[in-house]
Amino acid sequence: MTETMIVPGTHPQGVTPVLEVENLSVTFPQSGADVRAVRGISYHVNPGEFLGIVGESGSGKSVSSMAVMGLLPSSAKITGSIRFQGQSLLERSDGELSRIRGKGLSMIFQDPLSALTPVYTVGHQIAEGLLLHDKKLSTRAAALRAVELLKIVGIPSPERRAEAFPHEFSGGMRQRAMIAIAIANDPKLIIADEPTTALDVTIQAQILEVMQQAKEMTGAAVVLITHDLGVVAGNADRIAVMYAGKLVETGGVDQVFHEPAMPYTIGLLRSMPSMASTEARLVPLEGRPPSLAALPPGCPFAPRCPIAIDDCRKAEPALVAQPGDPFHSAACIRSAEISDGTLERADVFPRPQPVAAGIPVENAGAEVLSVNELVRHFPLMKGSVFKRQIGVVRAVDGVSFDLGAGQTLGLVGESGCGKSTTIMEVLELTKPQHGGIRVNGIDVAQLSKRDRLKMRKDIQVVFQDPMASIDPRLPIHDVIAEPLTVHGVSRKEQQRKVSQMMELVGLDPEMASRYPHEFSGGQRQRIGIARALVTAPKILVLDEPVSALDVSIQAGVINLLADLQQQLGLSYLFVAHDLAVVHHIADHVAVMYLGRIVELGASDDVFNRPRHPYTQALISAVPIPDPTLERSRRRVLLEGDLPSPTDEIPGCNFRSRCPLYTLLPENLQQRCKDEDPSLRALEGISVACHHAEHDVLISTGTEGQCR
Amino acid sequence: MSMVEEAQVLPVKSEVSKRQARPSSRARIIFSKLAHTPRFWVGAVTLAVIVLWSLFGLAGYTYNAVGLDVMAMNTAPTAAHWFGTDQIGADLYAQTIVGLRKSLIIGFVVGPVSALLAGFIGALAGYLGGVWDRIIVWFIDLLLVLPALYILIMLYPLIKGGSWVIVMVYLAVFSWMILARVIRAQTSSLRDRDFVKAARFMGVKTSTIIRRHIIPNVSSLLIIDATLGVGAAILTETTLSYFGFGVQPPDVSLGTLLSSGTGAATTRPWLFVFPAAILVITVLATSLAGDALRDAVDPTSGANRD
Repeated sequence: MTETMIVPGTHPQGVTPVLEVENLSVTFPQSGADVRAVRGISYHVNPGEFLGIVGESGSGKSVSSMAVMGLLPSSAKITGSIRFQGQSLLERSDGELSRIRGKGLSMIFQDPLSALTPVYTVGHQIAEGLLLHDKKLSTRAAALRAVELLKIVGIPSPERRAEAFPHEFSGGMRQRAMIAIAIANDPKLIIADEPTTALDVTIQAQILEVMQQAKEMTGAAVVLITHDLGVVAGNADRIAVMYAGKLVETGGVDQVFHEPAMPYTIGLLRSMPSMASTEARLVPLEGRPPSLAALPPGCPFAPRCPIAIDDCRKAEPALVAQPGDPFHSAACIRSAEISDGTLERADVFPRPQPVAAGIPVENAGAEVLSVNELVRHFPLMKGSVFKRQIGVVRAVDGVSFDLGAGQTLGLVGESGCGKSTTIMEVLELTKPQHGGIRVNGIDVAQLSKRDRLKMRKDIQVVFQDPMASIDPRLPIHDVIAEPLTVHGVSRKEQQRKVSQMMELVGLDPEMASRYPHEFSGGQRQRIGIARALVTAPKILVLDEPVSALDVSIQAGVINLLADLQQQLGLSYLFVAHDLAVVHHIADHVAVMYLGRIVELGASDDVFNRPRHPYTQALISAVPIPDPTLERSRRRVLLEGDLPSPTDEIPGCNFRSRCPLYTLLPENLQQRCKDEDPSLRALEGISVACHHAEHDVLISTGTEGQCR
Repeated sequence: MSMVEEAQVLPVKSEVSKRQARPSSRARIIFSKLAHTPRFWVGAVTLAVIVLWSLFGLAGYTYNAVGLDVMAMNTAPTAAHWFGTDQIGADLYAQTIVGLRKSLIIGFVVGPVSALLAGFIGALAGYLGGVWDRIIVWFIDLLLVLPALYILIMLYPLIKGGSWVIVMVYLAVFSWMILARVIRAQTSSLRDRDFVKAARFMGVKTSTIIRRHIIPNVSSLLIIDATLGVGAAILTETTLSYFGFGVQPPDVSLGTLLSSGTGAATTRPWLFVFPAAILVITVLATSLAGDALRDAVDPTSGANRD
């Protein structure tokens, strides 16, 4: 079916591919209908090649790689053939497979915490893999090699770290340790399943760097499975796009990104918010992937495809090579029209028009939320009976910002920088440990109990994870109506408002008596938004509202938020770690580091010309879904992890990771060591760096960083 | 198996929403879901029959629970003595029915009451946290380490009058602690979930949060414990009766009937089989109904679970 993938010439003369997958299907028998998670895919990986497999959750990308590793549950029915270095893997027993796994073939998992055994030291776990595959190796030699491997993946003081347990490692270091285990036996192929999804952008950039390094050192081929097109853009040689258990487009990274021939790929690429563009509206990819248990005949993407014709619903198109480019294949009957330009790519998924502003915001720009020198310290206690304080966690350490009516303030930073604690403090509406919070000009510390309850109407929250933020045991109507129950609204009025809100966020009011689990992630986030809006608030606090959603769904939710702001004149306090999203939606941006704001200013100013070295590093760590841009730009990489917020750091707390600091002459460094920088005005923005005027980092050629 | 779940997008349309377009409250959805579960009806109807039988089963029957038929000692079931008689000629059918009445009351009061106690006290400790949590846990631990039987023995002179009612209270008071600790642990993890936080930020009262969010989310445990508690309470009462508390001869309960009939299980099986069968049927019916209730409260149960 997809022989085009293996036509001679796709791999160099006389080279056998490391991995050849042919017509692989995986079916999970279920009581109702069988779930056909993977439906006949074929691909190959050449030695030393970097293949990116991209798809949304449920597209079968993980299942297909688990099949290669032989890690699927025994209930799964696997057909087709998987050949590793010419040997077939499918008919082998688990014992035989184990000899290949970890030696020839290794895997890096998504969650490095659950992939490492908590009760053994990291060094021991690396040595275990070595000893298993080399019986002649002594324990001592294995331990030494483990230390060496830790050094290769860039873990500081590896001798000491080899003795540490996984919980003593940060997320990024655990993933480095996983990579060390994966490359321990010089594998021929490394499969990485979403290796950076659980990590911060700055750490993600480090890990991708380490993976490239590991690939070069071992000469192994890499299969990177991800949902993030940005991650593969700068790293992969070839890309395979999966949808509903099938490959729908394959080709070189440049072809797929610049000349996608399958509408799904076009939609995915257009739906991504990118640092490189600030279009007012994103292009949503409506609908959801089909159920793999009951696939209708025809192209599985047809129901979501804007250019679907009747023929699309008759038979499923096969993956065929594009005319003029044998390495680029797409599974779409209209791909020829797309590649020869009859169908303009931009017209396939047209950019939706912005909605007209509803009510003009009264006194636009007037301050609705003002946070002044907010402090939240958590005491660190030791002892069980007689507790004594051994330190202080400075989660929030003097944060000030203002939010104007009808505007969006983006709060960004790595996890652990205190951005969530900040908004939780704001939402408590009580007197903070230090500093002040004013909502609509009223100091919350002065509020009586009744006034505070009344104020809760004006400030509502949307949480990150739509699975966790909605009570799974409440029907949707009760979920959305919950804020109203507090304010003594009659049942009839509740019902009216709930249907109104469901309509507003694009849900069918008929579905009000269903339970949350019947909705998809994007729909659930819409429920969360409806619940927040039902009391007609003025301020909406959004805690990473799209980070748990698939890319194609993310665009729809972001557009919805933008529309609602237009229609209802809302003010958003938008917390996110995804800078592309923040760049897209925010008017102002505050960058947080270790409980402080290090840079604050208008979004365009901050993103186009970041002044603080941390902001520069953050922005350059965000992958851009464009291979040409991605290769040409220079990155400002951050060293190491976020320091512990319990440490007492004299001077600038960013000093330890600061790329600018290392470049400064000694007399200027001294100031960073001695003096804690406070926010100061610089060309229209505020920045907390003594040397923000020094443009060393960006002037040395970060062209196209964010244009 | 998360992979399958991930690969499977479930366009489930629940029966409920198809039938009524009007949004309805959770209680109504649960009731209508229950009404569509055959298991629930089997359990509920069986229980109803047992209750009715225990109330009216003696109407028109010749013998009663205390009278002795000296003409028919140790007889197997006959037309006159439906369940046979024991060695002193007491009619087993009459005794079973009288015993059943008492056991049903004990079981259906003690099981649910102790589960409810556990639910509310555990949820309160877990949700409030801090000092309250420590006080409540300390109290729970105190009750756990106190030798319950000795306390009953010590208090017995005070409560001699309404003996078996006191036993019921005693059983309820001393059987909720372990579950309460489990509920407390679950609650303290629920407390940090975003939906509870969201409710707090909306200004929902603590008591409402516990009732609306915490209890329904731990209800599976509570329902299982309540239904199992019914059988357990009926049997525990037997032990207490053996020690001289609770139901005393000539008064009978299913438990006392069972314990006196156990020895005769092989030689005169009717003394054991009939009370045992009725106990089994009662517990089974309760479990069926409880199981259906649990599934009705848990929206993710049923069709899409593997």
